[in-house]
Amino acid sequence: MKNHQFDAIIVGAGGAGLMAALYASKGGAKVAVVSKLYPTRSHTGAAQGGIGAALGNKIGDEENPDSPLFHAYDTVKGGDWLTDQNAAKVLAEEAVDAVIELEHMGLPFDRTDEGKISQRRFGGHTLEFGSKRLAYRACHAADRTGHMILQTLYQQCIKNNVRFFDEFHVVDTLMNQGACVGVAAVELGTGELHIFHSKATLFASGGWGRCWQVTSNAHSMTGDGAAAVFRRGIPMQDMEFFQFHPTGIFKLGILITEGVRGEGGVLVNRHGERFMEKYAPSVKDLASRDVVSRAIYNEIQKGNGIGGKNYVYLDIRPETVNRYAAEAGEKKRIDREYVESKLPDILDFCRTYLGVDPVKEPMPIQPTAHYAMGGIPTNIDAEVVIDENNTVLPGMYAAGETACVSVHGANRLGTNSLVDLIVFGRRGGMNIAEFVKTAQFIDLPKDAGREVEAEFERIRTSKGKTRAYTLRDTMQQTMNDNVGVYRTEETMQKAIDDLHALRNTYYQDLLVDDRGRKFNTEVLEAWELGNLLELAEITAVSAKARKESRGAHSREDYPDRDDVNFRKHTLVYREGAAPYGAEIPAYRVTVEKPVDTSLEVEDPRFAPKVRVY
Amino acid sequence: MVDVTLRIRRYNPEHATQKKPYWEEFTLKNCDPTDRILDLLHRIKWEQDGTLAMRRSCAHGVCGSDAVRINGRNRLACKVLINELGAESQAHIKVQVEPILGLPIQKDLIVDMEPFFAHYREVMPFFINDEPVPANGRERLQTKEDRAKFDDTTKCILCACCTTSCPSFWANGKYVGPAAIVQAHRFIFDTRDKGAQERINILAEPNGVWRCRTIFNCTPACPREIEVTKAIGEVKLAIQKNSPDGIIKITEIKEVVFSS
Repeated sequence: MKNHQFDAIIVGAGGAGLMAALYASKGGAKVAVVSKLYPTRSHTGAAQGGIGAALGNKIGDEENPDSPLFHAYDTVKGGDWLTDQNAAKVLAEEAVDAVIELEHMGLPFDRTDEGKISQRRFGGHTLEFGSKRLAYRACHAADRTGHMILQTLYQQCIKNNVRFFDEFHVVDTLMNQGACVGVAAVELGTGELHIFHSKATLFASGGWGRCWQVTSNAHSMTGDGAAAVFRRGIPMQDMEFFQFHPTGIFKLGILITEGVRGEGGVLVNRHGERFMEKYAPSVKDLASRDVVSRAIYNEIQKGNGIGGKNYVYLDIRPETVNRYAAEAGEKKRIDREYVESKLPDILDFCRTYLGVDPVKEPMPIQPTAHYAMGGIPTNIDAEVVIDENNTVLPGMYAAGETACVSVHGANRLGTNSLVDLIVFGRRGGMNIAEFVKTAQFIDLPKDAGREVEAEFERIRTSKGKTRAYTLRDTMQQTMNDNVGVYRTEETMQKAIDDLHALRNTYYQDLLVDDRGRKFNTEVLEAWELGNLLELAEITAVSAKARKESRGAHSREDYPDRDDVNFRKHTLVYREGAAPYGAEIPAYRVTVEKPVDTSLEVEDPRFAPKVRVY
Repeated sequence: MVDVTLRIRRYNPEHATQKKPYWEEFTLKNCDPTDRILDLLHRIKWEQDGTLAMRRSCAHGVCGSDAVRINGRNRLACKVLINELGAESQAHIKVQVEPILGLPIQKDLIVDMEPFFAHYREVMPFFINDEPVPANGRERLQTKEDRAKFDDTTKCILCACCTTSCPSFWANGKYVGPAAIVQAHRFIFDTRDKGAQERINILAEPNGVWRCRTIFNCTPACPREIEVTKAIGEVKLAIQKNSPDGIIKITEIKEVVFSS
């Protein structure tokens, strides 16, 4: 075991982690970023369409420009009024400054004719409190905006000499005297355990889309940070809200950006009908993601999928886009070159994986598991909070997808994940810089890392008959079937029962071939599966407790939103069992944590109403 | 459906008999012609031999983790479908997979990326502009035309396919390599950046651009379809002119390329 000491440890090197690292180190803290991937492999790089900020750069909108207030409103409405409104206000206001700052760091945004940052339309982004007028708010660099954010932030970290521990897999949270005092991580290349002792630790370790079969998420999106925190007694918030992005490539789940629809693309069923006109008469294909995913699911259920199968078409062919633009009385027309320049990666994905050329043929798409709205509960300063009263846990911070601020509520708007990374990653970094100036190191717990080391030995030497892959496959199938776009009491219980059986096998009958220590990716995959199994179960357990439908959580047995009883955040606590071992813990769920309503107190337009697009 | 035999270069530093690199064959039944090489590597690892080690993450060609040499060409394992390797027309195909060349092998398909990233860091791969930001607090302006000059090189995902396909790099690991030059190009030709001269000086050194013999392996190796050799040519031209300014004409690049 090797020991390291830094003022601040950042777990994860995606957008939130790098932003936090940059700001903590600029603020004078001695910082290390610990990441299981090389930073540029992080999943932020897969984000495509844009980052939302009310810059108002659209030429022609000078009379009635976009405003952060409209962005905050769309965020609250998009989250089906479960969004914490203080967080939405911070997000929308600081987005403007944060995007400008990214440009000052060199991010190569696309440009308008005036040379400003170019902006496109995106789902659920409107002007004037949900009016029919769509906002041009998504700042973009072609359809690789996330890639450019990741590259730019990594470049700036190099410039600022941030210390990186690449391919170090964080596996445990170190707690002492009621505070977080660091993490334990396995070095991939040697298999050795490292102890990172810190005053402040920020988790920016991403989501857990790999719980589901069809997902846009990278293989590495296994919720390692969230699981490591949860095992040490910190609750998880709003786990039942997991976003299904409407447009994943059929079967593969690879993301097709909402920017396709922002550029005028439409969804059509087997009859050639633009079915979103029925489900969202006002903004049609640019409704919120949960709304569009349900619409696709309903079309498929009615037999309106292409050839009666479980997919529909997304059509960006210029002739289609121009026909609907003409019908809507819009002047803009597009051609092949326009599509090639605005959506090059999308065209490449479709041509490579489907043999489909989107400028000539429509793309076959289906909803794909995409984004965790829930996660490690934090306040707007990125400090982790551990109960219904927002009690702060000293030394622990979280930001990005793994955190639940909650700025996305029950459903995240497109582009807001990138905004979240930048805004709350920065706040986390700044607050850590201040915190470590006065905070003292608290001692490491006795035998730090010993428990997790023993668990790794158990996995490495296990001699059962079942490969991790078969367990993972079954888990992903049951989550897709039973905790997907629609759920019921019965399907969720079925998932929980299945997961219990899988967890028992995981502890009693695992088969591992690789007994080595260097680059033992088999053991790490098995470890990741353990994290996924626990996060999948608390997703189902939290979902069962919410007896209503709201945002991404749609129950066939409780189809309506119930603001009286359920306009509250869910917290799930792990109770009884040791962090590691065969015993499956008891999970206690509360749906009692209040939603921040500070905006609607000042302005009644923010109050909940029926959510239509 | 097609049967596929994968011939994989193996190496395990911890194993008494596998310390010397060797070839091992695995046969997979009933593969779909649209399966990716990464899917097949996963099937081997998950169904037959858990010790097989490789890197991967996004599985759709944007993270740059899984660069390997497939039938002698550098590719991302997640971007090669077996139908382009003959799976459409044959009942049984054979595919060779080995680590990318020129970097130390650590285990099976995993190579040490550190020398590659060290070269990346040598070219100051970050935006430099210490001038005050616009007084209105807004973005620096840039024309669409200026933005287009370096668009191609912003696509780089640092997968190392280009650098490890380059015979000049194989011959001399001190050469910064195509990927580092692509990264430098992204900043040298960005009109907002003020560090062009420093980068030009770095790349004019003996282990900079002039080690490039215009062999062109890098361009077809790039999974992002960056015109790598063209970017290197533009940097060479900027060095000769001692400035990135002025529109660079293809004819001028050709002159530089063929005189170098």
